[in-house]
Amino acid sequence: MQVLASEKVPLVESVPNGGTYLSDVATTDAHAWYRTERRQNLLRLVFGGDWVTDEAATLDGELRGLTAAAPEVELDGAGIRRLDSAGAWLLLRTKRRLEDAGAHVRAFSFPPGYAPLFEALERDPPSAATPPRHRPFSDFMARVGRGTIEFFHQAYRLLGFLGRVTVEAMEAFLRPDRELPWPSFVNQIEETGVTALPIVGLLAFLLGIVLAYQGADQLRRFGAEIFTVNLVGVSMLREVGCLITAIVVAGRSGSAFTAQIGTMKLNQEVDAMQTIGLNTVEILVLPRLLGLMVALPLLTFFANIMGLIGGAVMCNLHLGITVPAFLRQLHDVLTLNSWTFWLGLIKAPVYAFLIALVGCFEGLRVEGNAGSVGRQTTRAVVESIFLVIVFDAGFSILFSLLRI
Amino acid sequence: MVMRKKPKRAPPSSDEVVIKIRGLVNEMAGNLIHDNLDLDVKRGEVLGVVGGSGSGKSVLLRSIIGLNRPTDGMIWVLGEDIGELHGQHLRALQMRWGVLFQEGALFSSQTVAENIQVPLREYTHMSQDLMEEIAAMKLAMVGLPEDAARKYPSQLSGGMKKRAGLARALALDPEIVFLDEPTAGLDPISATQFDELVRGLQKSLNLTVVMVTHDIDTLRATTDRIAVLVDKKLKVGTIANLVKDPHPWIQEYFAGARGRAALNS
Repeated sequence: MQVLASEKVPLVESVPNGGTYLSDVATTDAHAWYRTERRQNLLRLVFGGDWVTDEAATLDGELRGLTAAAPEVELDGAGIRRLDSAGAWLLLRTKRRLEDAGAHVRAFSFPPGYAPLFEALERDPPSAATPPRHRPFSDFMARVGRGTIEFFHQAYRLLGFLGRVTVEAMEAFLRPDRELPWPSFVNQIEETGVTALPIVGLLAFLLGIVLAYQGADQLRRFGAEIFTVNLVGVSMLREVGCLITAIVVAGRSGSAFTAQIGTMKLNQEVDAMQTIGLNTVEILVLPRLLGLMVALPLLTFFANIMGLIGGAVMCNLHLGITVPAFLRQLHDVLTLNSWTFWLGLIKAPVYAFLIALVGCFEGLRVEGNAGSVGRQTTRAVVESIFLVIVFDAGFSILFSLLRI
Repeated sequence: MVMRKKPKRAPPSSDEVVIKIRGLVNEMAGNLIHDNLDLDVKRGEVLGVVGGSGSGKSVLLRSIIGLNRPTDGMIWVLGEDIGELHGQHLRALQMRWGVLFQEGALFSSQTVAENIQVPLREYTHMSQDLMEEIAAMKLAMVGLPEDAARKYPSQLSGGMKKRAGLARALALDPEIVFLDEPTAGLDPISATQFDELVRGLQKSLNLTVVMVTHDIDTLRATTDRIAVLVDKKLKVGTIANLVKDPHPWIQEYFAGARGRAALNS
């Protein structure tokens, strides 16, 4: 007899047939062990100890390396004290591998009482599903391609939603017997407009200070400090005021629209509305759309004023331009181009429309689970800010063509 | 040596008590839910916990697995006092039980196979290949098709989610399995199949099972004993014993039209 792969010698050498194994075998420790014995044509594998999940990791590699060194194989697991499904799997796998290698398994024994476990495992022989292969470059290219196509799909769907909202809004307004959801509309103005006043005001005020400070630094070199007022006034009223308001509102209210509508979608409230025959666009989208289109220009006006106040404070402290002097200079600027004051306010309703449209659109696209609400909300904010800036660029071109 | 494969019962269920509760009191927001409640669960048995809505079945389950700290009382699981366990010792005990939550509670960002591998990764040092094999084996055990391994939970039906959740609960070959409403939301055929699965696994893996359920068919098909939560306490017995109990809720539960149909079938 040749002992190949074990220093451990079991205390019980020969295994009595049957008997009460679980308590009888006295091994020195609880670890799982196995040894191989070879006699001419026969490979005998003797297993013992605790064949449990904890031990599986160490046994796995060794058993994987085992080869069928003889045409006849015996697996003797009668010395196993404890066995769980991971251990039983290792035994079964070893048996199968030896069989696949062409060996004839003469005997396969294990302690009585574990037969149901082996039956459960053998009922449906599993084969580990192979994980999909990764090909970094082509996977990357495929992702880029999918992303590009998805971008255009998304634009197409958003356009479709715009059409639907337009048609249903027309219907809602033109039907005389129809009562529009005014309370909801007023509620939206409060939620998106009034409660946003502090944060929008503070940010615009700080931006006014920043603009005045940076402008003053540059203009002082030419002795043209007074033009700081022009800089603050024009940039605040034309661009900064409405942009910062739109961005804050996109993050604050656009995301809220998606989350609110998305949650209703998950609760099947939207489905319930449809089955009752309610118009979901009219109930969910229109109040938010119209509410925000009223609230955002008002917020923009407030932001403009706060920005100018910030600029005035900075001019007073930093450049010594008094408030009356600031106002006089501002008046001159605004009479030079009478459109300056209105341009920001003209853009605001358009931004409001974009933010509300995207927010509601993404909310209605929520599907499946709560994780989807988070994903769509992120998308809504990113998409609406993206659209706001794209449209801002468009407005710049339009206004320069109109020379205003 | 011949194949020794007698269809014998797995190591016999002894009288060893694996879960022991004494004087459990749970109070939530001023409401007394459990009042001085005792329970013994024996190794190898299937215990069903029933009770009306809001009677504190889930709170009881959460107390046993340590998710809810009881107001008063002692709970021993596998000889360990749950209230005293922390860190390493608690983890050692957590390895020895598995929990199936109501909706499966699969981690949504991971595939089914990855879900099953989470406990293996956390508690053992298995190679990735072995973990894949064990995951496939557990999936086969709970009767899921092979291709389910690479699917995400959102792609599975309710019944499949529960089976996958059970496979994750069984990943470390626990001694005790807790099932929270295992058949709720399943159609009767899937529910019956799930009952058979639980009973079959309980026999082949020699599990102790504690299940919270409303389903009287499940109780009849799978449980050895039933614990009824009434009047903030537990009444424990076999179905045959409990049917004779004079308590009005128990009478209504077993004698009601649904209960009678299930018992007579």
